[in-house]
Amino acid sequence: MVTAAGPWIILFAPLAAFIGIVLFGRKSKPVSAGLAIAGMVVSLGFTLTFFFHSLHAHEAIETAVSWVELPGLTLEFGLLINPAAILMALVVTGVGLMIFLYSTGYMAEDSSYPRYFAYLSLFAFSMLGIVLANNFVTLFMFWELVGASSYLLIGYWYEKPSAAAAGKKAFLVNRIADFGFLIGILMVWNLSGMGGEARTLNFLQLEERLPEILHSGAVAPGLLAAIVLLVFCGVLGKSAQFPLHVWLPDAMEGPTPVSALIHAATMVAAGVYLIGRVFFLFWASPEALAVIAAIGGFTALFAASLALVENDIKRVLAFSTLSQLGYMVMALGLGGYVAGTYHLTTHAFFKALLFLGAGSVIHALHTNDIWQMGGLAKKMPATTFTFLAATLALAGIFPLSGFWSKDEILAVAFERNKLLWAVGTLSAAMTAFYMGRVFCVAFLGKPRSHHAEHAHESPPSMTVPLWILTVPTLIGGFIGIPQYLHHATEAGLHVEFNLFVALISTLAAVGGLGLAYAVYARGARPGLKGQELLSRLAVPLSRKFWVDEMYSWINQNVQQRFADLLALFERFIIIQLCVNGVAKVTGLAGSLLRTAQTGKVQTYAAMLLAGLGFLLYLNLK
Amino acid sequence: MNPVTSIILAPVIGALILLVIPQRQEGWIKRVSAIATLIPVALALWMVFRFPVGEAGYHWVHRIAWLPALGIQYQVGVDGISLTLLLLHTLCGFTGVLVSYRIKERVKEYYLFYLLLIGGVAGVFASLDLFFFYLFYEMAVIPMFPLIGIWGSGEKAYATMKLTLYLTAGAVLALIGLLAIYAVSGTHSFDLIFLEHFLRQNPIPGDLQRWLFPFLLIGFGVIAPMWPFHSWSPLGHAAAPSAVSMLHAGVLMKLGSYAILRVAVQLLPEGAYTWLPWVAGLSIMNMVYGGFVAMAQKDMKFIIGYSSSSHMGYVLLGIACLNPVGLNGAVLLMFAHGIMTATAFAAVGHIYDQTHTRIASEWGGLARQVPFIATVFIMAALASAGLPGFGNFVAELLVFFASWNTHRWAALASILGIVITAFYMLRAVSTGFFGPLNPRWVKLQDATLFEKVPYLILLAALMLVGCWPKLLLDMISTSTPAVLSHLDPLKAVARL
Repeated sequence: MVTAAGPWIILFAPLAAFIGIVLFGRKSKPVSAGLAIAGMVVSLGFTLTFFFHSLHAHEAIETAVSWVELPGLTLEFGLLINPAAILMALVVTGVGLMIFLYSTGYMAEDSSYPRYFAYLSLFAFSMLGIVLANNFVTLFMFWELVGASSYLLIGYWYEKPSAAAAGKKAFLVNRIADFGFLIGILMVWNLSGMGGEARTLNFLQLEERLPEILHSGAVAPGLLAAIVLLVFCGVLGKSAQFPLHVWLPDAMEGPTPVSALIHAATMVAAGVYLIGRVFFLFWASPEALAVIAAIGGFTALFAASLALVENDIKRVLAFSTLSQLGYMVMALGLGGYVAGTYHLTTHAFFKALLFLGAGSVIHALHTNDIWQMGGLAKKMPATTFTFLAATLALAGIFPLSGFWSKDEILAVAFERNKLLWAVGTLSAAMTAFYMGRVFCVAFLGKPRSHHAEHAHESPPSMTVPLWILTVPTLIGGFIGIPQYLHHATEAGLHVEFNLFVALISTLAAVGGLGLAYAVYARGARPGLKGQELLSRLAVPLSRKFWVDEMYSWINQNVQQRFADLLALFERFIIIQLCVNGVAKVTGLAGSLLRTAQTGKVQTYAAMLLAGLGFLLYLNLK
Repeated sequence: MNPVTSIILAPVIGALILLVIPQRQEGWIKRVSAIATLIPVALALWMVFRFPVGEAGYHWVHRIAWLPALGIQYQVGVDGISLTLLLLHTLCGFTGVLVSYRIKERVKEYYLFYLLLIGGVAGVFASLDLFFFYLFYEMAVIPMFPLIGIWGSGEKAYATMKLTLYLTAGAVLALIGLLAIYAVSGTHSFDLIFLEHFLRQNPIPGDLQRWLFPFLLIGFGVIAPMWPFHSWSPLGHAAAPSAVSMLHAGVLMKLGSYAILRVAVQLLPEGAYTWLPWVAGLSIMNMVYGGFVAMAQKDMKFIIGYSSSSHMGYVLLGIACLNPVGLNGAVLLMFAHGIMTATAFAAVGHIYDQTHTRIASEWGGLARQVPFIATVFIMAALASAGLPGFGNFVAELLVFFASWNTHRWAALASILGIVITAFYMLRAVSTGFFGPLNPRWVKLQDATLFEKVPYLILLAALMLVGCWPKLLLDMISTSTPAVLSHLDPLKAVARL
């Protein structure tokens, strides 16, 4: 069933949907949604054919056309399908399809509904491009397109200044990261030619050449580490790792299904996926991997701590996403290719489910504040049950999907670096606590607002995707994802199930959930007596350690001041002094000379006489 | 009839026809102008389709002896580089006529000057004779003066004076260089094809080349515009009416870099080796300094104006690399940037004609009111910031690759430049178009179906090239080896 055109169809079906909506669907809700969903169904269908094919044939399938051919530089536009790509494409199209379906309900009342589905399709196209690209340049193109389409989606409600600002921030932070990434790509390009062959950016060719080039000793370890870390810069941006994490919480300004798509299942996963895609390169530099693991571990802990005190349900999930991405990056940094990619997959399911559940609540209550919710368990049973399942999976409760993938990461960490294992376990406890807190406050207890009292379950267009996503959330640990992934790369570390690690992490998860239940199910809330100390401690957390403030200070006081300074230089030095100065001097010279030309014979005669006198004086002297 | 000559003549004949149409027949004036600029588009496209990829040299050459005693002849023709730029020029020229349909004042004179300008610029790109090259160049500068002075806005008197003086001064400087080549080569010929062949066999002595090169470099660099001779350009763009800004930033600035490539680098290769590293250094100022100054601007046209001078730094850097990838990138960027900046100026002009202010913060939330124009502007802004799918990305990517191993610092600056571009472009978008709609503009009109045509043409061209760059690169790369063929092959080795 696998055809040569298959990869192209997977990639271009959503683009065709986008073009179709722009041309024919701009006025019609059903046409636009129908086209977008049809595009995803086609992509998903063709991805499935490759999936079934790959179950018995593991070799990679590559297809490419020449895109730029110049003396000294050949760039191709190509696709590469291997198990990791198929898995990721299944996540993008599968979870994506659920989110598209859900959106038909969530966005039903929106006035520019077709625009929404057009953007979604464009985003899906860009994301599939990252997943399937067979070389760095093609990947980078889609990388940028993902940035642009997420800019449009986050800023979808552009009339809201905060949404417009959030979209811009996401794009710019990613652009800063891509500065490093692009330099990294150029350095990889040079690296590929060190064996004497024509330079290339093709993943398979790089993988083939790298051992030889490294073996020849032409590359200093420091240079290789620099290259890897520059490529990793791109990951810092897309996967929102510290210190470039700041765009993700703000990106919650977008519609909630967008958050589920971009900030759970796909865009933020792209960074982690990239590390996996060129893991042979990362694996070659242990120094760089150590840095990457440390950044991942720090992000996991840092972001989890921010989620502890957040009151906006979507932002809790955003911080949680940051933290889980840190987990994945840490896993890859420790060499756990399979562990990181495994968690990427399961996380896509349960985090998308959490976001969609949160969206269902927001849709019903018109608020994001968990303290305006409460008692939703009775009013919205489907949402509550699915949200609970995802919460437990995220917390890492046996035997849900999150338990298995998180455990694999912790097992890798336990073997490689005990400190990071401790960090990971602590983050796991914090994760369980903040998720328990959200669940207890939002779904248990009594309704805390008028809206919460009159909440109703969302329509089937929204609940059915929730139920469907619950299935992989529950059983994701038993469908053989890690075994499937082992075919993708030979690099990386493989670990066995570790009972001690599993017990400790389960203890941490149960402890976190239990503590949250003990505190919040009994009705604790901010502002109660006896909590002053606690709330004072929480200030740095709720201000996110002032990182945003620092960046905006730099932005306003360094960058903008510098720009203003140069503009003044331009205005006064270049234009006024140099350019107009030349004109003024010319003019002045002219007007000085003009005084000599009075048109009066007397003046000329006087000057003649003066000149004559001067000459005579010179002669006589 | 030779297609290249026809491209130059069609607008000129159009201008002559306008002379006999009465002032009040505005409809006919516009129709004649549209046809006189549409014919060149068709001819340029026809040549692009028929272009013999892989065959170096000039094609469709048309030669008429003029002053044989002085070695002057009317000689025009195209290679892949000049045809790309002619295509850019004809597209901007035609869409500029459509955009100008909103002009109400002295319509006949406006189109008369405009058509003469179009003819002159086309002549520069097509000329294969240095004398006519210069003649057409001056022919282009003269109509610019009234076009900005009469139909412009803001500080138009200062702007038009400054622009004319600058361009003339640059031209005079270049003229010294051109005449010197004429005299020193001993050929007493302005024939560019002949000079290329002759100087390949009998190069001008190296020291002399190094002396002459700066005249041509600075003379043409003023138009390019090379830092620090750039300050006429943002001001000129801002003061000019929309269509003239389009042509000005879209095409006129490319005359400078085109002339540096065609005349200075090709005829004085030794000079190029000595001086182009300095150009790479100056291009850093263009890219980074220009970008930061753009960041401090509040007027939309000034933002785009400084952005243009910033992005022309990439063109200069591409040329300075002196390798095939860099030259291809430079020429492709001339095309892509020309289309992109024309689109942006047209969109800003559409709004300015109704709001009479271009200060971004005074607009506010226009996306709701004029969704089509807003979409166009956002696409142009993203293109300028190097979004894949638009031609600018491919071209700038080629410049990155070309300069990475030849001018490392400039390459870093150029990559930094696209970060800076994203900052000011996205800010322009969100200040002008996002947020709540400013209630002053509830009567603002979006583009009508007819008014959408120019934007669709320009964006389609930009995206076609961005998605499938070979459409132009095949043609450009056919002709870049000739530019580099004078260079010492030993020195050319190991570049890139």
